[in-house]
Amino acid sequence: MNEEGIREIVLPGEFLCEKAGRKLGNGVYLEGEKVFAKVLGIPKIEENEISIIPLAGVYIPRTGDRVIGKVVSVEISGWFVDINSPYLAFLPLSEAVVEFVDIYKTDISRYFDVDDTIFCTVSKVTKDRTVQVSMKNIGSRKLHGGVLIKINPNKVPRIIGKGGSMINIIKRKTGCEIYVGRNGYIWIKGEKKTKAVEAILKIEKESHVIGLTEKIENMLSETYEQK
Amino acid sequence: MSKSEVKLLVDGKRLDGRLPEELRNIEMKVDVVSRADGSAMVKFGNTIAIAAVYGPRPLYPKHLQEARTGVLRCRYNMAPFSVVERKNPGPDRRSIEISKVIRLALEPAIFLEEFPKAAIDVFVEIIQADGSTRVTGINAASLALATAGVPMKDLVVACSAGKIENTLILDLTGLEDNNSESDMAFAMMPSKKKITLLQMDGLLNREEIKKLMDMCEKACGKIYEMQKKAIREKFLVKS
Repeated sequence: MNEEGIREIVLPGEFLCEKAGRKLGNGVYLEGEKVFAKVLGIPKIEENEISIIPLAGVYIPRTGDRVIGKVVSVEISGWFVDINSPYLAFLPLSEAVVEFVDIYKTDISRYFDVDDTIFCTVSKVTKDRTVQVSMKNIGSRKLHGGVLIKINPNKVPRIIGKGGSMINIIKRKTGCEIYVGRNGYIWIKGEKKTKAVEAILKIEKESHVIGLTEKIENMLSETYEQK
Repeated sequence: MSKSEVKLLVDGKRLDGRLPEELRNIEMKVDVVSRADGSAMVKFGNTIAIAAVYGPRPLYPKHLQEARTGVLRCRYNMAPFSVVERKNPGPDRRSIEISKVIRLALEPAIFLEEFPKAAIDVFVEIIQADGSTRVTGINAASLALATAGVPMKDLVVACSAGKIENTLILDLTGLEDNNSESDMAFAMMPSKKKITLLQMDGLLNREEIKKLMDMCEKACGKIYEMQKKAIREKFLVKS
């Protein structure tokens, strides 16, 4: 970032730097000893890693990501879940329910049915992008009611903020229950959910603004006082 | 095709007042189709192309999926009102071929292997046609792909060239194209110096082809700078 607060951006194919024994992160590729940008984004050239923070692009699942999914179909022993990515994820019965279920006698739609929203973790991604999700982690649950909104998945870190600062402000000021999936789905439940949605969409639109956290805090405080 | 009697070159200048190696006025704008993942509009003089990119997204029917790589699908289409005499809408032999040519010009630049079983859709619409529509379309498509966040080796830059009245020229207009002795479409990845499309129609000798390719390469360098500027403008204004 230079003095005017303008972030430098790189385009695909632009030369970044020599590799010099460093690790290659996201959005870069190697040709000989030279590192080039692969996607449109903000370069991050560090002592031991070269990567790019992308500005656009779809969500590609990675192991360990906490995502929000929507059940699209119920199978014999599991569910297919839409995780806002080019690939559907599979949630096996064994990763979803703790108790023993006799699949020959039970209709598993009693646990999750089509259109249910769940908060889960990507547990496995194979090379050819077969994705499995799991509900065994702490915090995984079915999300009842509420609203689901979709944002650019690349903006999710901004919505969460450093150490969750941004999202905590929204939660505190609106009193809403909010779950943010790494895939760009956000689930909100509470009386002032319209305010929360407004704030989130504002962050998405103005993610480049410096000092946005205070701005959002002010915006939410004002509306709070008016009531 | 009957050649018109119009003189295409007068005192070394072309009908629109350009020098043989001069490009038309070029305008570029990204993010013109807000619902698409990425989009761009490119104007080469009177030729206007809009490109929209969707994806990577799931590919159905399933038998079209490739297990190891993604699939790039391109559609080139000319609006019925894009030319003086109404163009019959819908795909025809010519636009099917150009769709394929655009696909082949873009494919080497995209890391398709990162998206097995998925598809990237590129739609190129020609709003107004006045020669060099396929290269205008490729320029727009490459900008749209970059703004969609698709991983690419490099942007793809294209330009056209040809020969009229024994003179080698760049960036043909419709009239020049129809009456040219020869015309060439050219696309490349400028920072890799790799050619991704080379088509030629008419008669040229070896030296002329070499000369035209050199001219195109130089012109592509200029267009590349404009492409970079167009994307930077869009994403820096925000900052």
